[in-house]
Amino acid sequence: MNTITKQQALYKYSLRLGDNALIHSYRLSEWCSNAPILEEDLALTNFALDMIGRAQAILGYAGQLGDMEKTADDLAYRRGEREYYNNLIIEMPNGDFANTIARLLFVSVYEFYFFSELQNSSDPTLAAIAAKTLKEVKYHMAHARDWVLRLGDGTDESRSRMQAAVSALWMYTGELFETDEAAAILQDANIAVDMPPLKEKWNAIVRQILADAAIAIPADEYMQTGSSKGVHTEHLGHILSEMQYLQRTYPEAIW
Amino acid sequence: MVKPKYTKEEIISLLSVIPDPEIPVVNIYEMGMLHDVLIDESGYEIVLTPTYTGCPAMGIIEQDIKLTLAKQGIKPVKVKLVYDPAWTTDWMTEAAKEKLSRYGIAPPLHSSCTSDVFAHNVIPCPRCHSEDTVIISRFGATACKSLYQCNDCKEPFEYFKCH
Repeated sequence: MNTITKQQALYKYSLRLGDNALIHSYRLSEWCSNAPILEEDLALTNFALDMIGRAQAILGYAGQLGDMEKTADDLAYRRGEREYYNNLIIEMPNGDFANTIARLLFVSVYEFYFFSELQNSSDPTLAAIAAKTLKEVKYHMAHARDWVLRLGDGTDESRSRMQAAVSALWMYTGELFETDEAAAILQDANIAVDMPPLKEKWNAIVRQILADAAIAIPADEYMQTGSSKGVHTEHLGHILSEMQYLQRTYPEAIW
Repeated sequence: MVKPKYTKEEIISLLSVIPDPEIPVVNIYEMGMLHDVLIDESGYEIVLTPTYTGCPAMGIIEQDIKLTLAKQGIKPVKVKLVYDPAWTTDWMTEAAKEKLSRYGIAPPLHSSCTSDVFAHNVIPCPRCHSEDTVIISRFGATACKSLYQCNDCKEPFEYFKCH
C-alpha cells in the first residue's frame, strides 16, 4: 500500500534531481577564484553553470506539477532543510581539491548512467532534460577522471590526498543507488530509473578508474543514508542559511 | 479572428539578423537555436532550444527577439524554451561553421558527437590548419568552448565543443 500518490512521487523524485544539481552547483561555485589554477577555476565554474541550469529546469518543472504554481526560485529558496532531498555526498564540504574531484568522479559517473537511462523515461519533460544533461555530464566525467588519474599516479603527496578523499567519501556512495517509495512508484510507471543495474555499471567504471590511478578501493562497509527522508548532515543547513538569506530577509526581492 | 500578417518564413528572416551574444559573428538561426515559429490567431510563438542548460545568453536572446519583433509592430509574441529535441552542434549550418573558423574559433569536429567520452580528438588550427595542436584548457570563456594552442603557428585558439 503506497502512502503517497503518483504525483507526490513525481514531485519528490524531481526535487531530488533538482536539489542534487542545485547543491552541487553551490559547492563548485565555492571554488570560484579559489581553484589551484585558472583553467581549473574555469572548469569547476563551468560545471556549476551546467548544474544551475539543470536545477532551474527540473525545479521549474516540479513547481508546476498539479496546481502548485511554484517557480524554481520558490523551491530553491523557500524550503527548509528537511524538505531537501539531495544525496548526502553532494552537500559534503569541498575539502581539498582531491576531495572535490573524488566527489565529482563518483557523482558524474553516477549521473552519466542515470541520465542515459532517464532519457528513455515515459515522462517527456524529464526525458528531454536528461538527454540535454547527458551531453554536459560527459564532460564532467572526463574531467574528473583525468584528475583522479593525474593525482593518484602523481607525487606521494597527491596520491595520499586522492586516497584520503576516496576513502572518506566512499561511505556516501551507497545512498546514490537507493530506491525509496517515490522511485518505486515511478518505476512501475516507467518514469524512474531502475537502480540495481546502475550500481553495477557505476562500480565497474569507478573501480577501473581507481585501479588505473593506483588508488586502493575501500571496502563496501557501512553506508550513510538519510536524504530520501530529508535527514541531512549538519552541512546542508549551513549552505541554506547562506543561500537563502536574501530571499528570507527580503521575501519580495526579484532580479 | 485576426489573420496573422506575417508568415513563418518572414519571421525567421527577421530574427535571423540576431547575433549570438557570445559569438556575434554567427546568428541564432544558423546556430540552430531558433528552432521553430508557431503562428495562430492568438499571436506568434518563437521556440528556442538552449545550447547548454545553463547558457546565460538565452535571456539576452529572448529580449533581442522581443525587441526585434516589437520594432516591426509584430505582436503578441511569446518566447518558449524547449529541451526536446536537445540542441546539438549538428544543427549548425556549414555557413556558420565557416564563419566560426574565419573568426578564429575551430568549429565542432564531428557531424555527430563521438560516443567515446574519454577520447581526445585532433582539432585543426583555424588559422594555419595544422593538426599539431594541444589542449590548454577543456573549458573556456563560455560553456560551449575549449582552449587550444597550435604548435606550428603558436597561436592559441578556441574550439567549439561537440555537443
